[in-house]
Amino acid sequence: MNLFVEIFYLAAAVLFILGLKQMASPVTARRGIVWAGIGMVLATLITFAHPHVNTNYLLIIIGIAVGGGIAWKTGKEVAMTDMPQMIALYNGMGGGAAAAIAAVELIKQHEMDSTVQLLAVFGALIGSVAFSGSLIAFGKLQGIKQLRGAFRFKNQQRINAGLFIVVAWMGLGIATSGTDYGMFTLFLFFALALAFGVMMTLPIGGADMPVVISLYNAFTGLAVGFEGYVLDNPAMMIAGIVVGSAGTLLTQLMAKAMNRPITNVLFSNFGETTGEAQEVSGSMKAIEAPDAAIMMAFAEKVIIIPGYGMAVAQAQHKIWEMTKQLQERGVTVKFAIHPVAGRMPGHMNVLLAEAGVPYDIIYDLDEINEEFRTADVALVIGANDVVNPIARTDPNSPIYGMPILNADYAKNVIVVKRGQGAGFSGIENHLFFADNCRMLYGDGQAVANELISNMKEL
Amino acid sequence: MEGFIAIYIFILAGFVGYEVISKVPVILHTPLMSGSNFVHGIVLVGAMVVLGQAEGFTEQLVGFIAVVLAAGNAVGGYVVTERMLEMFKSSKGDK
Repeated sequence: MNLFVEIFYLAAAVLFILGLKQMASPVTARRGIVWAGIGMVLATLITFAHPHVNTNYLLIIIGIAVGGGIAWKTGKEVAMTDMPQMIALYNGMGGGAAAAIAAVELIKQHEMDSTVQLLAVFGALIGSVAFSGSLIAFGKLQGIKQLRGAFRFKNQQRINAGLFIVVAWMGLGIATSGTDYGMFTLFLFFALALAFGVMMTLPIGGADMPVVISLYNAFTGLAVGFEGYVLDNPAMMIAGIVVGSAGTLLTQLMAKAMNRPITNVLFSNFGETTGEAQEVSGSMKAIEAPDAAIMMAFAEKVIIIPGYGMAVAQAQHKIWEMTKQLQERGVTVKFAIHPVAGRMPGHMNVLLAEAGVPYDIIYDLDEINEEFRTADVALVIGANDVVNPIARTDPNSPIYGMPILNADYAKNVIVVKRGQGAGFSGIENHLFFADNCRMLYGDGQAVANELISNMKEL
Repeated sequence: MEGFIAIYIFILAGFVGYEVISKVPVILHTPLMSGSNFVHGIVLVGAMVVLGQAEGFTEQLVGFIAVVLAAGNAVGGYVVTERMLEMFKSSKGDK
């Protein structure tokens, strides 16, 4: 390869790694993505001078304009609440691109080194799975009716396992047969690989999607790395494998935060517990907005626990307004974020940041859990399972063992909630029946408005 | 590429990815997933190389699909990551 091209690719790889490193701190994160972006532009431009790029220049430019244009527009317009499914979609596109690269290389049927051929096929398989799987994940999070919930039927795991064995067997056949494989076999291999991605994702419920999206992100990274080896392109190899390993770690961290082993997510058993659930004792006690406003306004420390419900009600701006009011009165206000609040770890932080909440009053579970004992009020808005004390006490509960925010240790708990029903997982929340807990019924945004106006009158 | 060099690259890059992510606070997990999603948009380079030497209709078609998808990955990944990170602000008033 041309030395000039090599140098640019090296620079791009270094910029990617430095950029990712900068993203590790909120102070430098913005600079990090810009650096990585510069790397991408350099690598893309210099590829026009790549010795293997001799034809189809116009098609390349049109392709970049079409794909990039659509992505630019959708990326600029997507609401922050919908971010997880957009990430899934863009990620799936990358996986599809890696698989398509492998497809072209295999269609050519030129002589390949056996390792190269094996990695080409392997990259094609995981790229295809990441592509079709991510599309399903996107559809589920987007709320497309036919895809919602966990789609299950009898013997599903066996059928999926069978499908996987067939796909893997065909892949191995193609990888080891030199140039002797037929076009129809190749086509069937890709079709079945795509089908497997769909089948693998369908039975997984919406709550587990973040882990799945993260896993497919790692898959795409690996696929890109392998196809990089096929194309003899070190920039793709480095960037792909860095993302592959980073994505694997991130997937593990997320699964751990949800207290669900990855195998459990993929071959899901959610809700299939044995034994009787603990009976709830006590009753839910309602509170009106004026009383809740007084309680918080005269408190010393208030901890707010936002959940996805708050974002759905678009209440985050109002909550921040309320927080500022409390701060003016000298109340210490902190936000406590559960690792799986929102649709994805860190998603809630993005939503709060959008509303203008500074990140240094936002704390994660480990940092804040001890503080609930000294808090006068814990305000739970739009969160449910992540504050359910049953996770500590009832081994029969499906969420048993999941780390929770200890809202029940606060002197008073106020729960903002639409109605009396159970949460996303359908599990009864024992916190709501606790003696120190009061329910403030209503839509998140309307309630926040009422609280604000009541505080102003005090 | 020499097989062993490739193994070195794969293994070292794997360590780098692990190290870089292991120190990231939870608040940045979503932007970070998005950011790493952007980084594998480098697949665009490979898609360009493949299309840049494609002959015949099938190769051109599949190569073109590769470029469109890869460009979507890269551009989309950048736009959403940048939008998210732009919003993170400290109360101490640094920009």
